[in-house]
Amino acid sequence: MTGKRISRRSFLRLSGAGALAGLGVAATGCTVNTTAQQGESKGGGSKNQLNLYNWTDYIAPSNIKDFEKKTGARVVQDFYTSNEEMLAKLQAGGTGYDIIVPSDYMVQIMAKSKLLEELDHSRIPNFKNIGKDFRSLPFDPGNRHSIPWQWGTTGIFYNRRKVGKKIESWDAMWDPGFKGKIAMLDDARELIAAALEHLGYSINTKDKSKLEEAKQLLIKQKPLLKGYFADTDSDQMVAKGDLLLAQNYSGNAMLYIFKNRDLEYVIPGPSSDRWTDNMCIPKGAPHLDLAYEFINFMLSPEQGAALTNYTMYGTPNHAAIPLVKKKIRQVPWWNPPESVMKRLQVMQDVGEATRLYERIFTEVKSA
Amino acid sequence: MDEKGRWSRGLVALLFPAGFWLGVFFVVPLLFILVYSFGESGIYGGITITFHPSNYLRVFDPLYLDILVRSVVIAALNTLFCLILGYPLAYLICFKARRWKTLLILLVMIPFWTNLLVRTYAWMVILGGNGVASHLLEFLGITRGPVDFLFTPQAVMMGMVYGYLPFMILPLYASLEKLDVRLKEAAQDLGANRWRTFWRVTFPLSIPGVLAGSILVFVPSVGEFVIPDLLGGSRTVLIGNLIQQQFLNARNWAFGSALAMTLSALMLAAIIAYIRKVGADKLEGI
Repeated sequence: MTGKRISRRSFLRLSGAGALAGLGVAATGCTVNTTAQQGESKGGGSKNQLNLYNWTDYIAPSNIKDFEKKTGARVVQDFYTSNEEMLAKLQAGGTGYDIIVPSDYMVQIMAKSKLLEELDHSRIPNFKNIGKDFRSLPFDPGNRHSIPWQWGTTGIFYNRRKVGKKIESWDAMWDPGFKGKIAMLDDARELIAAALEHLGYSINTKDKSKLEEAKQLLIKQKPLLKGYFADTDSDQMVAKGDLLLAQNYSGNAMLYIFKNRDLEYVIPGPSSDRWTDNMCIPKGAPHLDLAYEFINFMLSPEQGAALTNYTMYGTPNHAAIPLVKKKIRQVPWWNPPESVMKRLQVMQDVGEATRLYERIFTEVKSA
Repeated sequence: MDEKGRWSRGLVALLFPAGFWLGVFFVVPLLFILVYSFGESGIYGGITITFHPSNYLRVFDPLYLDILVRSVVIAALNTLFCLILGYPLAYLICFKARRWKTLLILLVMIPFWTNLLVRTYAWMVILGGNGVASHLLEFLGITRGPVDFLFTPQAVMMGMVYGYLPFMILPLYASLEKLDVRLKEAAQDLGANRWRTFWRVTFPLSIPGVLAGSILVFVPSVGEFVIPDLLGGSRTVLIGNLIQQQFLNARNWAFGSALAMTLSALMLAAIIAYIRKVGADKLEGI
């Protein structure tokens, strides 16, 4: 899950998703969130300052405003566009952050590397609002290091009218009838996950023969593909009609489906994967009290709903769901029923096998 | 204090800023990479220095060797195309443009004012299925229906030539500009036709520019990965992608460092061989 959740919304606001779409994306590289100052003095800063290191455009401006009003503290934000980028910075000694928002597998890596503070749950009473499907996930049993922030699924974003039928499984991504109109994510774990899911295997397998099978399947798929793209590129291409189907994230699909009724998103069978981004406190956070206050604050129903109304991703905060805009709540795959939840796999760190996954990725692309 | 001592002290003072800069920001990081390349990366970061060349042995894995060869071939083609397109243009600007000279050189440089990433995204808009190029061809009656040029090897090549062409034109222009026109006149006076004059006089004298331009284009294009990713739909892996992938996703800094060192060593060897072949004396003109 590299490069996920790039500054999408600010880009859409700027360009209005028109012909200049391509230019807009590049330009957002320099768009700075207007609500929070880019971290001037991380590390130090005044005593009453929360240093938040987050994905770009991944918090509602009103969340920050309300938190500042409530606590009198100042929120200073820094941004990253990939888990790896964030990890590299923290490993290089980039401390001074009070809250970071790593994805599932990264929580596991950071906890193993002893980069995360162990959480004192007595200071987070609002944890009670977290839904049971989001507690104690395999990457962090007992939520010892992380509290879920937002979640989503990886599935297929497609043009229903042009495809001519409802897509239900990963088979569509191997259908020669859509040759040249299919895109997969340019990410080792997600790409291989789709093949493993198609085969009915665990997406965290370390079994060499299963991975070999997945590799062969991906090599077979390659001639059908337009390419391997970042989520923020292939979603636009589906919207513009250059692609029919793209492996993409639920949140990206959400940006388009209200504007264009032909576009749909599906959590394909037989299984699919869900990801969760989580609030964590890095070891040595200078403003520990404020960090706990922030976590608890964001878990309130009102703030959770404000966050989701802004990002349009899923919320693990079940008390917030009734407060989420009806338009979002009505999307069937936004908060899927138990039957669908059951077939969603959670991505985990695969340790040593990470290198095997990377090698397969390179082999597929070189094929 | 003798004259010579003062001289060398002045020299040291003058060289210090650049030397310090290169030392701190070039030599030291390079040494880090060198040391890392003889280590072993832990799965969660951190490198144990083993002084074992295992990472270098891995570079010769056919998978990675293929990637290296592919990158060099693409860079070589890019250099060749830039030279073929750039030379006539530099020649034209230098000898035929007269009062338009400054303007034309400015036009060559103007794209530099915009970030390459933005310009590459612009090409995506132009070459895409519903893009300007497709509409233009349809309008001219050359094609029927939309044509998607994007995400093909040809689109990658075109994007690379577009991105690197100015690096070829400018040094070529600089060396042609210095050429003494009287030599050309002399050649013609002695009976050489234009073609012969060009190949016997003008071109040999412009070799320093060809050399500088080729190096300026070839070296960075071997490591190029943004253009192939954007215009090629990431369908191939080049050495630049591989190094980036090792440093970030695979969290294998040791192998990434070995790849980077191998690439640098190869580039250095290639440049030395190239300069030897063309002649070191030609470099004086640069």
